[in-house]
Amino acid sequence: MTYNINEKGYYGEFGGAYIPEMLYPNVEELRQNYLKVMKEPSFQKEFNLLLKDYVGRPSPLYFAKRLSEKYNTKIYLKREDLNHTGAHKINNTIGQILMAQRLGKKRIIAETGAGQHGVATATVCALMGLECIVYMGEIDIARQAPNVARMKMLGATVISAKSGSKTLKDATNEAIRDWINNPVDTHYIIGSVVGPHPYPDMVARFQSVVSKEIQWQLKEHEDKTKPDYVVACVGGGSNAAGAFYHFLEDTEVKLIAVEAAGHGVDSGESAATSVLGKEGIIHGSKTLLMQTNDGQITEPYSISAGLDYPGVGPMHAHLYKSGRAEFMSITDDQAMTAGLELCKLEGIIPAIESSHALAIFEQKKFKPEDVVVLSLSGRGDKDLNTYINYYKL
Amino acid sequence: MNRINKKLNENKKLLSIYFTAGYPNLDDTVSIIQNLEKSGVDMIEIGLPFSDPLADGPTIQASSTQALINGMTTEALFKQLKDIRKTVNIPLIIMGYFNPILQYGVEAFCKKCSETGIDGLIIPDLPVNVYNEQYKPIFEKYDLINVFLITPQTSIERIHFIDSISNGFIYMVSSASVTGSSSGFGEEQINYFKRIANMNLKNPQIIGFGISDHNSFTQATTYAKGAIIGSAFIKHLSNNGVKDTADFPNAILNQLT
Repeated sequence: MTYNINEKGYYGEFGGAYIPEMLYPNVEELRQNYLKVMKEPSFQKEFNLLLKDYVGRPSPLYFAKRLSEKYNTKIYLKREDLNHTGAHKINNTIGQILMAQRLGKKRIIAETGAGQHGVATATVCALMGLECIVYMGEIDIARQAPNVARMKMLGATVISAKSGSKTLKDATNEAIRDWINNPVDTHYIIGSVVGPHPYPDMVARFQSVVSKEIQWQLKEHEDKTKPDYVVACVGGGSNAAGAFYHFLEDTEVKLIAVEAAGHGVDSGESAATSVLGKEGIIHGSKTLLMQTNDGQITEPYSISAGLDYPGVGPMHAHLYKSGRAEFMSITDDQAMTAGLELCKLEGIIPAIESSHALAIFEQKKFKPEDVVVLSLSGRGDKDLNTYINYYKL
Repeated sequence: MNRINKKLNENKKLLSIYFTAGYPNLDDTVSIIQNLEKSGVDMIEIGLPFSDPLADGPTIQASSTQALINGMTTEALFKQLKDIRKTVNIPLIIMGYFNPILQYGVEAFCKKCSETGIDGLIIPDLPVNVYNEQYKPIFEKYDLINVFLITPQTSIERIHFIDSISNGFIYMVSSASVTGSSSGFGEEQINYFKRIANMNLKNPQIIGFGISDHNSFTQATTYAKGAIIGSAFIKHLSNNGVKDTADFPNAILNQLT
C-alpha cells in the first residue's frame, strides 16, 4: 500500500476533483503544470531562498527537556511557531505565490478561518506586489479582529462571507465562487491539504520541508534520521501533512494525528472529523466530512479556530481508514491545560491548535527511549484573547 | 423515448425554469411545477437544496438555505413528487450537488427518480470523467439523462468529448460566473454562442446563467434550442409567492403580458 497520491489524484479511495465544469480549466491548468513548475531549478532556488531568508528556515528542532522529564520520554518540538507570520502556513503560501507568478496570474484569492492563512497569503502578496483578496466568514471577522487588521495593513482586501454558517467553510465556498467568476487571471491559494486535486498534493509538497528538516536535524541530535513517533494536530491537515510527508512510507515511524474534540466527541460540539465524519464530497474532494444523514455539511466546533473545519484532507482520510496513522481527539479543556503547561515548562506560548497535539502526553504513554517529534505548528500570540478569557488572566 | 428527447424534437424554442424545492415554503413544490406547466414552460429543473452550493450565486444560495430550514430533504422531495406524473407531462430534471446524492446512494437515487418519473439529472460537481467511468451504466439502466455543462473556457476537444457521452442536451453556461450574476449578453458571449452553434454538435444546447427576461431569453434562443432561467424566477417567487407563478413565464414568453 502507498500513502502518497496516485496518478489519478487519489489517496486510496479519497481525493479526486469533484468540481463544477466552470472550475475545470483553472484546476486542470494547475494540475498539468504544478509538478513541472515545482521541479524547475529556478523555482526550487527561489523557493528555498525565500524559506531561508524570509521565513527564517530551517525552523529549530528543539529538545524539550523539562517536558520530556515530566512525561518520561524524549520530546522534540519542531518550531514552526518561529516562522515569519507565526505558523507553518507561510511555507505553502510562499510556494503557491511563486506558482501563481509562473502561471502568469495577476490576482490572488484565499479563504481564511482564524486569519492565519489569510495573513500568510497577504504577506506573500505584499512581497510580490500582487493583488490580494481574502474571504473570511462574517462571524470569524468579528472574533479575529487583530488578524483582519494585519491583512489590511499588508494591503489585502478582506471580503466578508455572509452565506451559510458564515465561517471557514463558507469563506471557502466564496473563494471558489470568485474563482469561477475570474477564471483567467486569478490563482486561488488554498490554505490546507484540502480542495480538488492537485491542491492536497501541492500543498503537502510545499509543507514537506518540515519533515525533510526533521530528518537531518534529528540526525544531529540523536544520530538517527527517523523518530519513533511524529505528532501533529489536524484541522484540514497541512501541518500534519508536512510533518508526516517524508515518513509516510516508512511504517517504522508511527504517526499520530490529533483532532479537536471540542466539548467532547459525543457532545454535538466537536471537530473530530475522523470519528464523526462520513465519506462524501466537500470543496471538490472526496474525503471524510461531518454531515447530516441527508448529506448536508454541518458546522464543527472547537475552541481553536484553526481546527474547526468540517472535513479533513484526503491524505488524512486515507491515513485514518488504512490505519497508517493513529487518530486521537483532544477536548478544549485538555488542549488549554497542555498549552499552559508548555508555557510553564518550556517558556513557549503555543497556538491552541498545537496545544491539542501537546495534550496527548496526558492520554498516551510513551517509552523512555522513544523519540517523539511534535510539530509545534504555530505561536500563541493570536490566541491571547482566548487564553485570557479561559484563564481569567 | 425519454420525455427530454421528445421535447427536444419539438420544433420550437424551449423555456426551462429552475426552482429550489422547498422554497419559499416546504410544500410549494407540486403547485409550482403544475403552475409552470400550465403557463407554457417546456421543462423544469427541480433544485435539491444543498448546504454548500459552490456554483450558485446569492439568490439560489439563499433559497437553498431557506429550503433546508423549511425541512426539505431528499426523502421529503421524493415524497412530494410521488404522484407528480398523474398531473404533469413535461420533462422534469433534478438539479443537485453530488454529496446528498452520494449519501442517498447513487443507484437508490436513480431508481427513485425513475419510479417518480424524473427524466434527467444535472449534478454540477459530478465530473464528466467520474460519471463516465463509474456511474454511466446506472443512469442508463434507469433511463435518466445526465446533463453536462460547458462554459466559454471549455476547450473544443472537451466539448466534443462531452457531446459524445451526452444523450439529451448540453447545458451551455453563458459566461464565466456563478448563477444569477448578470443579465443580458455582450459581444463576447454572442460570439461564444455562435461558435458553439457552428460546431454542429449531436446534442442541442440550452443556455443558462444570466437569463432573466424576455430580451435575454430571445437573445439566447436565437443561437440555441432553449434557455434556462433560475435566479430571476427565485426572485419572482420571493417577491410574489406561489400564487402568481404563471406571471413569470408569461412575461418571458410574451413581452406584452
